[in-house]
Amino acid sequence: MNEDIFVLGIETSCDETAASVVKNGTEIISNVVASQIESHKRFGGVVPEIASRHHVEQITIVIEEALQQANLSPSELSAVAVTEGPGLVGALLVGVNAAKAFAFAHSLPLVGVHHIAGHIYANRLEQEMEFPLLSLVISGGHTELILMKEHGDFTVIGETRDDAAGEAYDKVARTLNLPYPGGPHIDRLAHQSAEAVDFPRVWLEEGSYDFSFSGLKSSVLNYMHNMKQRGETPVPEAVAAGFQNSVVEVVTAKTLRAAREFGVKQVIAAGGVAANKGLRKSLTETFEKEGIPFFIPPLPLCTDNAAMIAAAGTVMYEKGLTGDMAMNGRPGMPLNSWILGFN
Amino acid sequence: MILGIDTSNSPLAIALVKDDTVLIEETQNLKINHSLTAMPAIEELMKKAKIAPGDLTQIVVAEGPGSYTGVRIGLTIAKTLAWSLKIPLVSVSSLKVLAANGQDFDGLVCPVMDARRGTVFTALYDGQHLKTVISDQHSDFKTFLKQVRMQERPVLFTGVDLEIHRSLIEETLGELAHFAPFPNRLPRASKLIALAGGENVKEVHHTVPEYRRITEAEANLTKTEKGKNQ
Ligand SMILES: [Zn+2]
Repeated sequence: MNEDIFVLGIETSCDETAASVVKNGTEIISNVVASQIESHKRFGGVVPEIASRHHVEQITIVIEEALQQANLSPSELSAVAVTEGPGLVGALLVGVNAAKAFAFAHSLPLVGVHHIAGHIYANRLEQEMEFPLLSLVISGGHTELILMKEHGDFTVIGETRDDAAGEAYDKVARTLNLPYPGGPHIDRLAHQSAEAVDFPRVWLEEGSYDFSFSGLKSSVLNYMHNMKQRGETPVPEAVAAGFQNSVVEVVTAKTLRAAREFGVKQVIAAGGVAANKGLRKSLTETFEKEGIPFFIPPLPLCTDNAAMIAAAGTVMYEKGLTGDMAMNGRPGMPLNSWILGFN
Repeated sequence: MILGIDTSNSPLAIALVKDDTVLIEETQNLKINHSLTAMPAIEELMKKAKIAPGDLTQIVVAEGPGSYTGVRIGLTIAKTLAWSLKIPLVSVSSLKVLAANGQDFDGLVCPVMDARRGTVFTALYDGQHLKTVISDQHSDFKTFLKQVRMQERPVLFTGVDLEIHRSLIEETLGELAHFAPFPNRLPRASKLIALAGGENVKEVHHTVPEYRRITEAEANLTKTEKGKNQ
């Protein structure tokens, strides 16, 4: 009988300082997140230097809390996993250097995890993954369709060519004078409206799994501008509903088409925008009709957290994919497959 | 066994000191990425000295000011080591560490770190006891030097970025200006550890970098808010 594996995860790629302990890659023992949203609100978006400053203030507090809640001492851990990239460079450095110092102090193996791999593996904390698997990663920084044939095997079959979905949400929210972050507010408004403005659906060329949201965003801006010029008042609820309908319809359709083409056994969603109620409902209903198991992790596991990093890091650790003290933050890190060796 | 770490500017300085004896010390000025090299350098230093992490009894770190990222890397490593090994953490001004190069100078010592656009991180210490005469700050160097001149005492300037500002210093201070010889322009982690004796032990979780400068985003926001109120 193998011993249990306890991995400490650390995540600081954007505006959350997070640490977590995960058992055997599937069970959350502790999950601590210090959010900085309040500090960035007045700037209308994440300010990288301020994010980095907060990370260094929070990092040991958050790790200590994760260990205390898990009731584990460093020597009882199997490995330390940290987000190596992608993300804000100054923010990543805090997590990476804390992870290195911690691993060094306690002679623990160090694992560098890709942030998106983390988002995908958040699902494994809820139910076992079944391959082939299709993952929709949709957040403020990403909109990607990723096919996995086995653990650690990632093929990006579609991605955004311009804005990430979450970015488009934030920009549209700003034109509607909604506070940052805008996604939840648009979602809420959209649900309050029986009417929806008709905005275009951007499908790109036939057969493409790529996304584009900047055109849609421009249509919304133009619509608002034209209404104002005509002296009319746009109905924010109808604008929000129209925008959301367009995003949800395109994302759902492309995800369904990919799921069919690749004959996947499971579809999972990940990332902050996966928490969106409209998108959740559409995906859930669509895949229920289609008869393909579909999962979205609960909200705290959709947004950035360290449990997902520990979950992905556990599989990498089991495959012997460990790093050393020369690990660095990699803001533009590509999502390479682990099965090919070092990522 | 005390480990000292200074990554607050382009040089990397680390040292191990035990019972007031320097065991090993390293200073580099290769302008390489501290995030990449600081931990490997510490690992290597301790390996050479045959010191295990568990042998450490204290961490001393240069707290800034300096490069924002550099200071954060040093603080993050120092905080994580001190907290997780349950040993005390002491932090010392990065400018004071530089000023220690001029200790015993009969006059004042002015450490200088270039901060671009004519600005510097600087301070003024007295050479005999390294007592603060003008505290650590981010300043327009021209304005700061005028304050220095009013002291009417000889001043020893030190720091790796000194040559950038040499002519301005000579113009402003004339014969009162002295320049540290090149070996005395880098921070030394042994001096950092020596200075730690005069500082209080920090509460590890709440030890933060001394940036001595607010972020650009905050400065811009204050500007717009002021504009609105006028
Ligand atoms: Zn994320």
